[in-house]
Amino acid sequence: MKRITRRTILAAAPGLAAVVAMPALAAGKQYGPGVTDTEIKIGNTGPYSGPASSYSAIPKSLVAYWKMINDQGGINGRKINCISYDDAYSPPKTFEMVRKLVEQDHVLCTCGTLGTPTNSAIWHYMNQKKVPQLFVATGATKWNDPKGHPWTIGWQPNYQSEGRIYATYVLREKPDAKIGVLYQNDDFGKDYLKGLTDGLGAKKSQIKVAASYETTDPTVDSQVIAMKSAGCDVFVNTAIPKFAAQAIRKAAGIGWKPLHILSSVGNSVGATLKPAGLEASKDIVSDFYLKDPTDPKWTNDSGFKWWSAFMDKYMPGADKTDVGYVIGPSFGPTLAQVLKQCGDNLTRENVMKQVASLHNFTVPMLLPGIAINTSPTDFAPVKQVQMARFDGQRWQLFGGLLKGAVG
Amino acid sequence: MTMQTDEIAAPAQAAPAALGRAMARVPSGRAVAIVLAVCGAAVLPLVLQSFVIFQMTQVMIYALAILGLNILTGYNGQFSLGHSAFYAIGAYCAAIMMSHWGIGYVWTLPAAGALCFVVGFVFGVPSLRLQGLYLALATFALAAAMPQILKFHPFEHFTGGVQGIIIDKPDPPFGLPIDADQWLYYFTLVVLLVMFAGAASLARSRSGRAIMAIRDNPTAAAAMGINTALYKTLTFGVSAFYTGVAGALGAIVVQFVAPDSFSFFLSISFLVGLVIGGVGSIPGCIVGGFFVLFVPNIAESVSRGLAGVVYGVIMLLVIFVMPSGAAGLARYVGERAARLRRS
Amino acid sequence: MQLLLQQILAGLASGAIYALMALAVVMIYLAIDHLNFAQGEMAMFSTFIAWQLIQWGMPYWAAFVIVVIVSFIGGVAIERIVFKPIHNASILAQLVAFIALFTIINSSAGQIWDFTIKSFPSPFGHKPLLSGGLIDTHQAGMIGVTIAMLGLLYLFFRGTRLGLAMRAAAANPESARLVGIRVGWMTALGWGMAAAIGAVAGMLIAPVVFLEPNMMLGVLLYGFAGAVLGGLTSPAGAVFGGFAVGIIENLAGTYVPYFGREMKLTIALVVIVAVLMVRPTGVFGRRVVSRV
Repeated sequence: MKRITRRTILAAAPGLAAVVAMPALAAGKQYGPGVTDTEIKIGNTGPYSGPASSYSAIPKSLVAYWKMINDQGGINGRKINCISYDDAYSPPKTFEMVRKLVEQDHVLCTCGTLGTPTNSAIWHYMNQKKVPQLFVATGATKWNDPKGHPWTIGWQPNYQSEGRIYATYVLREKPDAKIGVLYQNDDFGKDYLKGLTDGLGAKKSQIKVAASYETTDPTVDSQVIAMKSAGCDVFVNTAIPKFAAQAIRKAAGIGWKPLHILSSVGNSVGATLKPAGLEASKDIVSDFYLKDPTDPKWTNDSGFKWWSAFMDKYMPGADKTDVGYVIGPSFGPTLAQVLKQCGDNLTRENVMKQVASLHNFTVPMLLPGIAINTSPTDFAPVKQVQMARFDGQRWQLFGGLLKGAVG
Repeated sequence: MTMQTDEIAAPAQAAPAALGRAMARVPSGRAVAIVLAVCGAAVLPLVLQSFVIFQMTQVMIYALAILGLNILTGYNGQFSLGHSAFYAIGAYCAAIMMSHWGIGYVWTLPAAGALCFVVGFVFGVPSLRLQGLYLALATFALAAAMPQILKFHPFEHFTGGVQGIIIDKPDPPFGLPIDADQWLYYFTLVVLLVMFAGAASLARSRSGRAIMAIRDNPTAAAAMGINTALYKTLTFGVSAFYTGVAGALGAIVVQFVAPDSFSFFLSISFLVGLVIGGVGSIPGCIVGGFFVLFVPNIAESVSRGLAGVVYGVIMLLVIFVMPSGAAGLARYVGERAARLRRS
Repeated sequence: MQLLLQQILAGLASGAIYALMALAVVMIYLAIDHLNFAQGEMAMFSTFIAWQLIQWGMPYWAAFVIVVIVSFIGGVAIERIVFKPIHNASILAQLVAFIALFTIINSSAGQIWDFTIKSFPSPFGHKPLLSGGLIDTHQAGMIGVTIAMLGLLYLFFRGTRLGLAMRAAAANPESARLVGIRVGWMTALGWGMAAAIGAVAGMLIAPVVFLEPNMMLGVLLYGFAGAVLGGLTSPAGAVFGGFAVGIIENLAGTYVPYFGREMKLTIALVVIVAVLMVRPTGVFGRRVVSRV
């Protein structure tokens, strides 16, 4: 019966637009693929194996989040069946796995698929098939394109906006700075660099050294030395934790004391600053949108307590210093809210409609004051960040919430 | 479609008789097996759902890439960790031609192959001086450099840089009543058959014997008057040609290319597929293609967190059971069967 | 000029990492006549064991010694369990076995210890040795250990019967067997020694690059390149090659205009291949003359 209902509705979907718009009035339930009275199927891909497997914390914790939701009775009485596949961070594999999710597992939508190249590989496909590609785990700017790609939406602030925020900060603090940038030679590193360059505008020639690294490089010592030699007095460090920590330690080791800006990718106390040395990390400036779980100041925060309890129960033994475990349980509540708003009208069209109508929604591990807002013309859920300075023990937030200028 | 059904029906009736003869006369048995396999392959898309058809297309593409490596390693005894680079060149060649210049996908295959042949040939020249592990390092350098070159800033206009290039999926021509996945499957199947036939006839030709003589004993081959330098570089070129065509097909089927698709690990996958299928065996390449595509999925379904462990253990077990690959196992079974019949 | 000196010193410091790994690569090459692609992962796993022991409160040197012994036993065990049964298989089949070992060790380390970076203590400390801090005590210590290990290996291979037997077993198993050398056990011993050297390398590299499951991926590639550049048959060549790779890479990144920084790995590899053109068996490698 249900299958027939679903098919009829899908076939008649365009004609039923009026009914779709008024789900409360329609007595019958409206289901898209993957939805029954008791279950909603959603899909995910992530690098469980291969060289990028360190990111697997995100999909792992996202899957665990749905387990918790199901233990609490699901959403509107439906259990969430989250199917997550390994794509080894290889775009062709992501394409294969997402086709499997859509065509064989018949998921309603995907959530938190991880990586820029991997999501780029399925971008066209998802929009052609009209399958919601929700809250992709990447900060590329292109996901906020409701006109061209109305079935895809990002989640986190995009890297280019962050780069611009650093530019604004540098121009205010040190107008005649000589800037050195360390970036990863891939999509996210180049996006940071672009945002920074664009933000500096006419003053972009103040970037004296823009040094990239490959993830296979053993160290970034050479790059740091080059920056010091070039006389840089501002260091924009957009590296992932391992290389960010190396750079912090090396800078301290060679007695280089620039204005050090660390990107949100590598600003965890536990994962970056502690290994690099807390003393060497003093006075580093960074920006945040999530609570750093290793920062002692959140110990009594209710959001942190919720997260900590979740981790203890659903991801026992996992390393709580890994920020990936914060991101998964932040995507989760956002999608849960969308599905709640959908009520019994769980078609793909309505999912996207509800995705585009999130108002002042917050999740436990977002910084206080940051709210998720979307609209049919705004597909950038989290836009705000706040700057902070490291005092040798913990991050001290300063200034108000900043909004990125890109996207 | 009727033609296909007829084709299947005929061998199916002849099968029992043919099977008997196959035991005694290997060549005709092989011919029957090939006809059966091709017919089976032609029917598959009519019964499978489009996602599986897509997977089968990918298997064929990997098989083609592995065949390219096989021509170099299996026929000629040269070692390469760099075939992901040729695959990447082929893929980018197709993507750039289609997206920037609006050229039809069919024409990208010969272009990608030709370009890779030239690159492979040129790369073959310095590798004349290198052997074994030293050659492995040189080819590895190519594989490691390729993503960096594709990301390289001044080329971004062409290559799309780190963001890659998205291309459109070709529709079936002549108003054929099949969908795009089925069409790409048949298209790939035809390319695969043509290129497999080409490789098989190369192996039987005078040049093929020369190439294999170099593998077995380079000094003796040179003494017999074989121009070893020319044949070795040519083999490099042909090998790159095959893998490049596979790369172009891969780009068309996945509709996307990015530097991250062509890391050094892709070369490792080809190597694994080559060994599992059987070094020097053409049908073995298909087994290799299946292994490379499906075994990671199987490993993951066993245990998600330990997918790498399961994949590694499966690889080890396969090597333990059939150290000379599927082709070696098939040969062994065939020999045993023949001996049983004789006794 | 100062920049040049600084980059050379930094190159030496990272070269010490590659040289250590290259030594382990040459060790296994001398023992089994080809390379072990899982060597970096084995070293990483050993280092994780040391880290775990230290976390449990064991003093550094006790953990160090235990891990070297455990790694030796582990290396022998891997040879006996995994590679002895397939020692007649082709080199390519063995290569796949190495790849299998690589993914097994890498994946299980990630599962056991997670992927966040961990700092690993150095026995030499991290105090600056020269003014400007270009080389610190740990990096100097690493260079010292590399050279000391090189000396020990030299003495072992040149000065002991066991070392000679091991070389014979690798170079010509049939003849070695005829003169009464137990070739199988020589191979196992070589595995054990390579694993032990790898463990030392891992424990000295981890304080620099931080400990995580993928830490040896790049190091092994560079170490491999260094060993090949120096010549796979020569421990001294491997150490030379490791340092050379470190320096070439840093100078390429600093001085090659326009694309040096973005492609320093590529440049370093091209330089190595160019050197191999001139000396196809590495700078210090022995030419293998085969009888027809």
